[in-house]
Amino acid sequence: MYELRKVDKKFPGVHALKAVDFTVNRGEIVGLVGENGAGKSTLMKVIYGAYQADGGTVTIDQKVVRFHNPRQAMDHGIGMVFQEQSLIANLSVMENIFLGYEAQFVKSGIINWGAMAKAAKEQLAKVKLDVDPATTTSKLSFVQRQLVELAKVLTLEERVDGDLVVLLDEPTSVLAREEVELLFELVRELTKRASFIFVSHRMEEVLELSDRIYVMKDGEIVDVVEQADADIRAIQHKMVGRDVDTQYYREDQQKPYSEEKLVSCHSVSLGQRYKDISFDLHRGEVLSLVGTEGSGREAILRTIFGLNCPTSGHVEIKGEQISKFNARTSVGKGIGYVPRERKIEGIVSGMSVYENMTLSQMQSYSSAGVLNTAAEKSLAREWIERLGIKTPNEFKDCGGLSGGNQQKVVLAKWRSGGSDIILLDHPTRGLDIGAKEDVYDMVREMSSQGVGILLVADTLEEAIGLSHTIIVIKDGMFCKRFDGKPGGKPSLFDLVHHMI
Amino acid sequence: MVDATAKPAFVLRLLSRNRIVKWAPLLVLSALVLFFPLIEWLEDFRAGDAHAYLIDSRFFSVRNAARIGISATPALIVAIGATFIIIMGSIDLSMEGTVSVCAVVFASVFIGLGGTMLSWAWLALPLSMVAGAMIGFVNGLVHVKLKIPSFMASLAIGFVGTGLALLLTRGDRIRVEDPVFRALLTERWFNFPVMVYIALVFLLVAWFIQSRTRLGRNFYAVGGGEELAHASGLNVERIRLLGFTLAGTFFSVGALLAVGRIGIAETATGNNFMFVSITAVVVGGTALWGGIGGVWNTLAGVLIVNVINNGMVVVGLPDFLQDAVLGILVITAVVLSTDRKSISFVK
Repeated sequence: MYELRKVDKKFPGVHALKAVDFTVNRGEIVGLVGENGAGKSTLMKVIYGAYQADGGTVTIDQKVVRFHNPRQAMDHGIGMVFQEQSLIANLSVMENIFLGYEAQFVKSGIINWGAMAKAAKEQLAKVKLDVDPATTTSKLSFVQRQLVELAKVLTLEERVDGDLVVLLDEPTSVLAREEVELLFELVRELTKRASFIFVSHRMEEVLELSDRIYVMKDGEIVDVVEQADADIRAIQHKMVGRDVDTQYYREDQQKPYSEEKLVSCHSVSLGQRYKDISFDLHRGEVLSLVGTEGSGREAILRTIFGLNCPTSGHVEIKGEQISKFNARTSVGKGIGYVPRERKIEGIVSGMSVYENMTLSQMQSYSSAGVLNTAAEKSLAREWIERLGIKTPNEFKDCGGLSGGNQQKVVLAKWRSGGSDIILLDHPTRGLDIGAKEDVYDMVREMSSQGVGILLVADTLEEAIGLSHTIIVIKDGMFCKRFDGKPGGKPSLFDLVHHMI
Repeated sequence: MVDATAKPAFVLRLLSRNRIVKWAPLLVLSALVLFFPLIEWLEDFRAGDAHAYLIDSRFFSVRNAARIGISATPALIVAIGATFIIIMGSIDLSMEGTVSVCAVVFASVFIGLGGTMLSWAWLALPLSMVAGAMIGFVNGLVHVKLKIPSFMASLAIGFVGTGLALLLTRGDRIRVEDPVFRALLTERWFNFPVMVYIALVFLLVAWFIQSRTRLGRNFYAVGGGEELAHASGLNVERIRLLGFTLAGTFFSVGALLAVGRIGIAETATGNNFMFVSITAVVVGGTALWGGIGGVWNTLAGVLIVNVINNGMVVVGLPDFLQDAVLGILVITAVVLSTDRKSISFVK
């Protein structure tokens, strides 16, 4: 029904798509996987009209079409559900759903809100979301917003004659497991109404949902597999062109930790975010907080880093009770924080690699306010070497590095300053497999060097594999503690059982 | 999806967007310096009195360069102060009020203490700088502590300053005729007055602050990512306060040079500094959203603005066109320095 034939796309210096053939049949869910940089997003952009292909043809029901912008693609029934949620937070749900298509409710310049609300209600029913269409979008939860976004795309159904193709770009990245299940169930049901293209880093989810899976590597489709024949290992092999170690947990590399307490939380609470949390983090220990999205794990990390102040309880760092919660004190006590949003709280793009590395420790590289840049640069060279950061030199703009390398710069920033308590919030989010492995190696290395690591992992497997201790947080409360010593690691089921 | 390691052809690299943006201010400046003599030449040629291009140009002469230098000097120092603030991603619009207050404070104290540099009256110089720093500090306090957007806080404080200057002078002009102080203008080394060299010294000081001090690095960090600067343990409030204080100090030095140039301090001394300095910073290529640019950009920007002003007079174009030309230049500069691919909407 929808078909790309020999589609080519070139950028200066990069051949992003090489003769890509891609078909979507009616009512089908097509998976698209590939490492970062394999060409997935370029392909998506060509499909929904943000980019124009340099060569090849796009056909819908055997008719050749050409889109100059996303609006034209939408008029042909191709809609995109964005990874970064694209709803406008201060508008109501119905305004978001009909954004740009309000004309149908306008009579002599005046919007008939009642009619819009009624129409919005119908759209929301398609995705089984029961909210008042007049609700301000910012009041919705992540999963609700994702559904609104889907409902918005499904309005095409009434507007377009032909069939719909809906692109889902990493729709599960902000959802917790049970929300993912809900979404998948919904998507399966919606195949009556539309075909889907599903792009995700989470291979298991792609395998679970897709009827057919396209595997991309270096701008080419290297394999197409039916769900029945799909095998994660084989697909990963195709994606990277090398073996990904399936010995996921690498238990032999896990070293025991010492008895010295680095962080002690005593019945710490923060309003409704989390309550009565107590735990100890020891030198050399990797401690994971697992739980669903919104269970309060990130808030706990932010408290320990001093970015929010608990309403009761107390926190001791290296035996000293914290009286004033702010980032400066925490940095001074050797805490480093690697946030989830690299672009906002991780690196300053526009500043060079070495400037980013010394940002938190300029006092050590300056006297009387004057910087010793030679020392900064030699430090940067040393860490570029140690962590294998891929950058031509230490002067390079950090914003130009890949996600994995930016993550390494952030880690180098804290480690080079002698931080021995590292808080990691989704350190592997959005990274490809190779870069993830690098991050795992760094975590293990830091742990063996006596760094205490508090981890909020991207996946449960990650948490199990890396941690000595796993604490399940449910609805902001301490739920269960698991010992993750080699040989005695909890199973996924053990954790999920307590999480939900 | 663009591979960072891919190497385009050499020519492409030479003409890459970043490179053009980086050198655009200097290119514009050079083009202007060649453009005005050309107009002159064409006019004389039409009048049947052709002179040698450049060599006999009235615009392209040491005398005129000195004239441009003199008019650019106070604006340069004020614009440098504003540069630090804009690098932080804030904006300071208090320069007119601050310059007026500092000029008036200097002149009154200077006259009051004897009116010559050879007496204790020289104390008026540091005192005026302290006054500038204090105004900047208050600016910063209002902005940081009351959480008022910097453009509003500084604009308001600037008005207060203008009012204060009027109150201090009661609308009078204060003449500063001490020959030692006026040597700023009258004493010349290699055809350029002393004030030009003093401005260069302050430019170097500003460059040092920008590139070699923690404070300078902090400005870039705050401008490039405030959240991140905070999460790296920087005291962002303190950095902002220091930034505004530093800017106020530079404004006062600009005020002193302005008094040195015309020998008069009055409420109107600060007039026009806001437009000229912000224009200069932006035309020089410092990004309005912070994190990019620096004092050398500002030097190019100030020279562009002053060369246009001067050149239009020399070639006899009507002076009311100057502001229009500058306005267009500002828009061109922002258009050039904005990567519109990454920013789709601007408020």
